[in-house]
Amino acid sequence: MNALLVARRDLGAYLGSMSAYVIIASLLLLNGLFFHAWALGAESARYSHEVLEDFFYLNWGFAVATAVLLTMRSFADEASQGTETLLRTSVVSDGAVVVGKWLAAMGMVGTFVALTAYMPGLIFVNGKVSLTHVAVGYSGIVMAGMVASAIGVFCSALFRNQIASGIVAGVIAVYMSVLAWMVAEIVAAPFSEIAAYTALFNQHFVPFMEGRFALSSVVYHLSLTAGFLLAAAHVLHSRRWE
Amino acid sequence: MIRVDNLTRYYGDFAALEGVSFELDEGEIVGLLGLNGAGKSTTLKILAGLLMPSLGAVSIDGIDLLADPDRVRARIGYLPEEPPLYRDMTVTAFLRHAGRIKGMSGSAVTARIPAVIQACDLVGREHQLIGTLSHGYKKRVGIAQAIIHQPKLIILDEPISGLDPAQIVEMRKVIRGLGDGAAVIISSHILSEISQTCDRILVVNDGQLVAQGTEAELVDRTGGANKLLITVRGEAAPFGEWLRGSELVTEASPREATAGQACFLVTMASDQREELLAQLVAKGFGLRLVEAPEDELEEIFLGLTHKEVAA
Repeated sequence: MNALLVARRDLGAYLGSMSAYVIIASLLLLNGLFFHAWALGAESARYSHEVLEDFFYLNWGFAVATAVLLTMRSFADEASQGTETLLRTSVVSDGAVVVGKWLAAMGMVGTFVALTAYMPGLIFVNGKVSLTHVAVGYSGIVMAGMVASAIGVFCSALFRNQIASGIVAGVIAVYMSVLAWMVAEIVAAPFSEIAAYTALFNQHFVPFMEGRFALSSVVYHLSLTAGFLLAAAHVLHSRRWE
Repeated sequence: MIRVDNLTRYYGDFAALEGVSFELDEGEIVGLLGLNGAGKSTTLKILAGLLMPSLGAVSIDGIDLLADPDRVRARIGYLPEEPPLYRDMTVTAFLRHAGRIKGMSGSAVTARIPAVIQACDLVGREHQLIGTLSHGYKKRVGIAQAIIHQPKLIILDEPISGLDPAQIVEMRKVIRGLGDGAAVIISSHILSEISQTCDRILVVNDGQLVAQGTEAELVDRTGGANKLLITVRGEAAPFGEWLRGSELVTEASPREATAGQACFLVTMASDQREELLAQLVAKGFGLRLVEAPEDELEEIFLGLTHKEVAA
């Protein structure tokens, strides 16, 4: 319940700030351009499900970027306004503050994701699309957004400076998206297996992209989200003992 | 009742606070005095639940901060030097949010807001965006968020810093009204402010509580009661001569006075104010005014913190 109070306040701050609109609008524009050029721009005829996979492939990256860019200000804004004090002297636990900020970010990421729905709609109009594939793909996108938002909130709690937070969250997201897979290719077992398993995109999103619901990947996404949120709460709690 | 017992806080090896103990009663307004780095902010942050103590305990109505921090925080209102305000919210929306995160129900906050608006003299500003308010009004909103949930302990860190003289007078009125049902602790480096607003004073120096009591008690303790500013009718020379010849007086130095009057700052070896004044009247000097020196609290403070009085 307390987390919802924080979420409502943060959502209001997002909706009242120009930067959130600029971030979402810019990424939607880029997403649309890439979709048009890449997914729809193939010279040879393609099946609708292949175009849809390309859409999810692109949308995954843009959803992660949206989450990182939005969350980098989560605690930085509180620190700059001095309102961190208000939260930390309230009865809202550190964990609820973190969850509230994550929920607000997810509200914005969810809005971004929802606004991309016209793209599968275009495929639907011009071809034949399985609604199950769309639903499964979008659930993968939302889970990627959950993980990226949790990473962003954690980094924001850690650094309280939005530039540092954004950079580190970006590095973690890029590592988990792409670099982990590349690392898996060049190191020996068992490290290669570990690195490959942690690769968020290759290992855990591709099934969703292809319309296959992978329960183990759901667990992985949820575990990562919970892990980063827990770490963020610990960062806040440790500040009381600094 | 707020009880602070043997409060100690280390930052690494540095002891910012060492063995500080005091109690605050409901309705008391207490001033926390100290130089920069003396330990005032650390004390207030621990009381507010922002920092945890390395040793010692803080309890409000018998509830221990370490054992049950949430219940203690629900009983504390805190205004840091820079008010924690969401500039994009209106005063009412912000107070509603502040009340909710301090554990109040929606209906309780709605019922409480008018009283807080009144107490903090924010009438007419309820629907204004906080970012557009003057510094003085922002401070008042800061106090309003600190008292919205009717805390048992109100902590105000430098509440008048940055205010103009008119705002200071208004803020003083607001602060005086807070002591109803709560203990108030105010940190300030403006000694006259503490003197005018507080019932009791705590003096911290180098992380330790070096003195506590009412201003009068501190005056007595530091020998301040041995000083008087005396104004009589007539010329300065004979009055000064008589004072310097008196066995009760150890020092008498002239002060500026209006025409036809003489004013002296008189220092005695001990508190013999009554005897001195009786002798003065018996001697036929036209006594016009007897008062404590204005810089008394400053002298007491500097004496307690072992600082030299600037020449």
